[in-house]
Amino acid sequence: MLRTIISRLIQGIVVVFCLLLITFMLVRLMPGDPFSGDKAHAPHIIQKNKERFHLDKSNSEQFVVYLGLLARGDLGDSPVKEQPVSKIIRHSFPASLILGIAGMSFAILIGIPAGILSALRKNSYIDYGTMVIAMAGISIPSFVVAPLLAGHVATRIPLLKVAGWGDPLDWVLPALTLGLATAAYLARITRGGMLEVLNQDYIRTAHAKGVKPAMVVTKHALRGGIIPAVAYIGPAFAMLITGSFIIETIFQVPGMGQHFVNATKDRDYFLLQGVVILFGAFIVFANLAADIILVMLNPRIRS
Amino acid sequence: MRHVHFIQILIGLCVLALIGCKGEPPIDSYTEKKILVLGNSTEPQGLDPQIVTGVIESNIIRALFEGLCVEHPSKQGVHLPGVAEAWQANDDFTEWTFYLRKDGKWSDGKPLTAEDFLFSYQRILHPDFGADYASMLYYIKGAESYNKGEIKDFSRVGVSAPDTYTLKISLKASIPFLPDLTKHYTWYPVPKHIILKHGKMEQRNTPWTEPDKIVSNGAFVLKQWRLNDYIQTEKNPCYWDKDTVQLQGIRFLPISNQYTEARMFFNQQLHATYGLAPEMIEHAKDKYSKYLRQETYLGTNFIRFNVTDPLLMDLRVRQALALAIDSEAIITHILKGGQKPAYGMVPPTDDYRTPHVVSFDPIRAKKLLEEAGYTGNKKLRITLLSTDREVSKRLSEAYQDMWKKHLGAEVSIEQREWKTYLSRMSGLDYQLALGGWIGDYPDPTTFLDMWKTGDGNNRTGWSNKDYELLLAEAEQTRNPSARLRILEQAESLFLSEMPIIPVYWYTTNYLLHTSVLGWHPLLLNNHPYKFVDLELKENH
Repeated sequence: MLRTIISRLIQGIVVVFCLLLITFMLVRLMPGDPFSGDKAHAPHIIQKNKERFHLDKSNSEQFVVYLGLLARGDLGDSPVKEQPVSKIIRHSFPASLILGIAGMSFAILIGIPAGILSALRKNSYIDYGTMVIAMAGISIPSFVVAPLLAGHVATRIPLLKVAGWGDPLDWVLPALTLGLATAAYLARITRGGMLEVLNQDYIRTAHAKGVKPAMVVTKHALRGGIIPAVAYIGPAFAMLITGSFIIETIFQVPGMGQHFVNATKDRDYFLLQGVVILFGAFIVFANLAADIILVMLNPRIRS
Repeated sequence: MRHVHFIQILIGLCVLALIGCKGEPPIDSYTEKKILVLGNSTEPQGLDPQIVTGVIESNIIRALFEGLCVEHPSKQGVHLPGVAEAWQANDDFTEWTFYLRKDGKWSDGKPLTAEDFLFSYQRILHPDFGADYASMLYYIKGAESYNKGEIKDFSRVGVSAPDTYTLKISLKASIPFLPDLTKHYTWYPVPKHIILKHGKMEQRNTPWTEPDKIVSNGAFVLKQWRLNDYIQTEKNPCYWDKDTVQLQGIRFLPISNQYTEARMFFNQQLHATYGLAPEMIEHAKDKYSKYLRQETYLGTNFIRFNVTDPLLMDLRVRQALALAIDSEAIITHILKGGQKPAYGMVPPTDDYRTPHVVSFDPIRAKKLLEEAGYTGNKKLRITLLSTDREVSKRLSEAYQDMWKKHLGAEVSIEQREWKTYLSRMSGLDYQLALGGWIGDYPDPTTFLDMWKTGDGNNRTGWSNKDYELLLAEAEQTRNPSARLRILEQAESLFLSEMPIIPVYWYTTNYLLHTSVLGWHPLLLNNHPYKFVDLELKENH
């Protein structure tokens, strides 16, 4: 097990390095630079600023300099925001983490029970109703859901704000929007997993032995039926934590998602690279964590 | 079963109570505490007045720092004393003396002296500092040469401090509008003792602007700065005119989504929005007219021609395209913000009469195009470079339609994201391109200097020696009125050659809460916060 984890970690480092290299090159292929703006600056000023960030050097030289910075635990400075990238990430990450955890909690609390219920009441109105809602949750994009919640729910409930990030109640609507699609996917995946398990011989045996139906579901069926959902939760969690540009801008959440889009638009090379490294590392770790949990849940994988 | 009913009823009652209860609007508590809450578009680039370049940063820096002169709260062009309590110029406005107030202090209580100004101007002009907006100080003798590294000795630059509280500025030309320039953040003083504590003078990215380190001289000081969340300032107890300041603080929110910002305003979370999307103006007019502000703004929207393009070298083609644009229709149907059709580059003021060269005349436009050889089956085929912003998309489509309708021209639109658009324009890799310009100070030169040969903002390939001679002549003219007449001639010449099509003069559209007092229309939208007050109103 330990060997597998170490091997997966090494693979993960290689993946993140490749991701960084590709991002590093691609972002420099885009027209423009961090210093071009609506009002043009004098050429000698642009040159000076390029020198400050080593952007006057060749791409390969820049990459070596950047790797040197990384080796010292430094993500560099943002040429656009005039701040260390690590500071920008440090300030934005807590909001993304809170939002991601709240969104995933909502998705798990709604999605998994809905999926189980749907599977237990297969082909009933409950099943059809749940799956229709799930399909709607998957299909309706967040840029539709978010303004609807802000405009029609927040304005009617005084404790909620249409946007802002001051107290825990401000987490509710963005987390709901963020978790909605994940909840819908989870409901469908859980339903599929549960249906497969519920048709197994050992479940039939448990019923025949007189085990209470609730016990059959929680003790026997759920353990196997939830495996596809757990496999999905890992990467989904990483995606939720890394933020969402749309939800962050609509609900005014000071998270990480907007850096991805804004850094690309502003050619803020260092911020974009920093965010990519972080996102890549998250996805690698989330997948690894999901694999470990799957091994714990499923003895067959262990062997 | 009874339990289930009880729980259902309880939940129902809670929901009804939540929906039914009327809490105090969030903005009222801020109004009571005299904290102004403003939407401010996006996270600022920084708070160092000598590094930043934008309006967003200016809105915050104006609260934290103060220049030699201060904007009048309601009268454009009237200069109130700031750090300087008095000033005078020689006859031809080339030598200025500013007498600094002796009670001027930094927020840590240290006196603010002429030495701070010398340090500030040396810092922004230092070649190694690389300030993007150093050119704002190029009016000072020797400033440009020092900034370009051509002279090393700062004492050769035209600023000096004969004594602790006197600042002398020698200019390379006649600049009667210098007091206006000193209101721009590039001319503000920065605290020498704090900057040097955290790094070298020419070093950027030092932590001196962090909340626990920054020292400023404006009506407010920085209290909190939460990235992408808010910036909070509070009243500066060391400010020389603290008795005038009514607000206890200002909170700036970087709300990039204009719809979110409007929703927050309507939900009573803001005192003022940064802007208002054109689609929301009608809605605001209908339902929230008492909050809607539509004010003249010092800016011009135009279309650039690449005059080096073989098709567009012909003046008649450029004129035809210009005369076929119906600015009125664009304002009425697309912008809806009370903008004014532009007939020149410089927005007219009381003193400056903008030459009236461009107006909608489709018949003459068609004739000019025919004279240029576009008759019968020969159609004009051109491309229009645009950005991916919503308004730009709609403007491009309107121009395309007008040129098709009035000239039969085939126009293809190239929409590019912002940096690609800028890069293509700077490289003259376009035929026609959307453009706009916001003035830095209320003088025609802020709109005319950019068209000089080689200026980075020209981006048309146009160049004219007579135009530059007129601008040079204006610089040497002592009489302010005669100077403006020469600038009018220069603009007339510029417009007759038509490297651009002026389309409309900007307005600012935003929402302002009725509890805000002392907030009047200003051409540059640069409201001096020290005159702003908040008053709780019962029926707002």
